[in-house]
Amino acid sequence: MSDSSWLSEIPQLDRHQLLDIRKTLDGAYRSFSREYGDNIEAFFDPLLTFLIWFEKLLLGSPWWLVVAVLAVFAYAASRSWKLTVGVAVAFFLIGFFGMWDNTMRTMSIILVSTLLAILIGIPIGIAMSRSDRVQSTVTPVLDIMQTMPAFVYLIPVVMLLGIGKIPGVIAVIIYAVPPVIRLTNLGIRLVDKEVLEAATAYGASPTQRLFGVQLPLAMPNIMAGINQTIMMALAMVVIASMIGVKGLGQPVLKSITNQYFTLGLMNGLAIVALAIIFDRISQSYAKRTLQNLGGH
Amino acid sequence: MNSHKNSRSNESSSSDDTHCPNKSKTPLIRIKNLYKIFGKDEKKILEQVKAGKSKDEILAETGHTVGLSNINLDVYPGEIFVIMGLSGSGKSTLIRHFNRLIEPTAGEIEVAGSDVMQLSSKDLQDFRRNKMSMVFQRFGLMPHRTVLENIGYGLQVQGVKKAEIKQKATQWLETVGLDGYANQYPGQLSGGQQQRVGLARALCTDADILLMDEAFSALDPLIRSEMQDQLIELQEKLHKTIVFITHDLDEALRLGDRIAILRDGVLVQQGTPVDILLNPVDDYVEAFVKDVNRARALTVETVMQPQICRISAETIGEAVLQMRKSKEDFGYVVNKDGYQGVITQDTLDNVETSDYSNVLDASLLEDVPAVQSDALIETVIPEMLDNILPLPVLNEDGEVEGNLCRSTLADVLSDQPSSEEDKKSTYA
Ligand SMILES: Nc1ncnc2c1ncn2[C@@H]1O[C@H](COP(=O)(O)OP(=O)(O)OP(=O)(O)O)[C@@H](O)[C@H]1O
Ligand SMILES: [Mg+2]
Repeated sequence: MSDSSWLSEIPQLDRHQLLDIRKTLDGAYRSFSREYGDNIEAFFDPLLTFLIWFEKLLLGSPWWLVVAVLAVFAYAASRSWKLTVGVAVAFFLIGFFGMWDNTMRTMSIILVSTLLAILIGIPIGIAMSRSDRVQSTVTPVLDIMQTMPAFVYLIPVVMLLGIGKIPGVIAVIIYAVPPVIRLTNLGIRLVDKEVLEAATAYGASPTQRLFGVQLPLAMPNIMAGINQTIMMALAMVVIASMIGVKGLGQPVLKSITNQYFTLGLMNGLAIVALAIIFDRISQSYAKRTLQNLGGH
Repeated sequence: MNSHKNSRSNESSSSDDTHCPNKSKTPLIRIKNLYKIFGKDEKKILEQVKAGKSKDEILAETGHTVGLSNINLDVYPGEIFVIMGLSGSGKSTLIRHFNRLIEPTAGEIEVAGSDVMQLSSKDLQDFRRNKMSMVFQRFGLMPHRTVLENIGYGLQVQGVKKAEIKQKATQWLETVGLDGYANQYPGQLSGGQQQRVGLARALCTDADILLMDEAFSALDPLIRSEMQDQLIELQEKLHKTIVFITHDLDEALRLGDRIAILRDGVLVQQGTPVDILLNPVDDYVEAFVKDVNRARALTVETVMQPQICRISAETIGEAVLQMRKSKEDFGYVVNKDGYQGVITQDTLDNVETSDYSNVLDASLLEDVPAVQSDALIETVIPEMLDNILPLPVLNEDGEVEGNLCRSTLADVLSDQPSSEEDKKSTYA
């Protein structure tokens, strides 16, 4: 062939070179997971124990107790009877159509993931708000986390930890944590400069400023972040079912591959119901924190 | 209100050189060669500022803002020190240096003998807790805390016990006239009420120094003068040292013991209110004072003529002798009961020499009313119009101190500062 072929065809590594690259990387990753895999699993053991305990708690309690607790929770957060009754009815129907166990499994995963996302996300958000350097390093990472297709980062997680609950939770957290981080950062940065100055002028320590002024005033924004995080966690649950996370996602997955229309529809609706409920509750709670700020 | 104003003007005019009344005391706050430049390359730009480049030049060439340039000032214990200037002249920037909310580019800040720039962050925190409190232009109240919690904030930061905070905060709440609002949130209060909460919060920590950044600017004129009265009243009881920012000269004249005027980050004039009013140092200051109602801002003693002829004679003969010694053709007759009236040269000329041994009695005197030295000029205008002779000015003890004649008054009240005051101008 002619020498100028690179003009018509893109220059490419030949197959041996590509294979070599893959081999080295795969080898390195495999030996890494072989070496540290056990340690990492051991590290996540307490989390697994907690997850299993929480799931058993939800599954083991009588249905009416769970519904009652959820209703009380909904009322406490929103102070709205309409929402409270809606929650009770929705859960009753979910049970009535035979999706109770899966719903409880999904809920336990979502609650635990959201809780962890908050525990991880808020401190990172705080760190970002305190330093422009941290902000400019973390922001692109968050951008990548949110744009990268979820399947791509499932791969290393699964290779490291296998299939099951823990990789599921980790995948959900990675997918759902950016909004809390972003909005915590934003919320703190938006706190009225003069209010913060006043705290400083009266000799408040950095801790007193953070807990006494910045976090309370950023709360409406942080709550909005938490709300988005919950929503994203729910969205991720279906994808996570591909790596063996039990719950409402699995029947949906099954009906896609087997074309079970009704099964897919009902489980899909249950997910939507959960989404609406979580959304309403967290939003009305966020609204109430805003009111408490003496705002509008 | 008057008593406050008066007691002060007495002090200030007693020293002739227009300087501060507390000259003997050591300053509580001392600012030396303070510079603040906003931007990335503070230190480099500092050299250019010191070399004499103007604020505008530096902004155009380098994008840096000169916030403050070579500020020197002393604030003495117990006084109300007013900082004035147009918007953007650096008032807020300056006051924020006093408790180091802003780090200076260069300069010294000394408060109560200690160098604020050398404090560690822990010491700075203690310093802010105990030495100073601050009232903010836009209130700076915490919207998530109730009014009472806001007032007690300073004490809470210090770790004072809850019961004590509540007791003190309640007391200040009542002092500023907000009883019943304890459990409201700041968002539920009007602007004036919020500002009172800000004031109560500042007073609650019982710090010696009070920094007030345009504390009353956001208020309507009525509430504003009410707040000014309240501040004056409080100051009479508490004797704090107050640094007060305003861009309103009337407010400055009303509250200030001394006034400093800022322009583009430079301190152009510092002095007593009367000094500023009568001897503006350049066009900028003059523009400031032009619209002030002087009759309402100045007291009689600031404009009176101190050289007068006092007649303390018992007999007509002595009176004639005393009158001859003075250049005037009239004299103010005083005896142990104080001011009696005016005797003119004409009257004395008409007395027969044989009657010189007679007692100088009331029938010979003109009945000219006296005015008090601490009265505002405005209040004595009617008497001025009724009498052709200059009015005697009495001090607190009833002694004749000087007189006030129509030409002086006309001079002072006319728009231009009187001609004998040649103006020095630092700005071309
Ligand atoms: N953080 C900052 N960064 C950059 N420039 C600033 C900053 N703060 C103040 N400046 C500048 O410093 C100058 C003085 O501002 P300052 O707020 O002290 O004015 P002021 O006299 O308080 O005005 P006002 O009466 O409007 O409150 C202005 O030119 C402003 O642009
Ligand atoms: Mg200001």
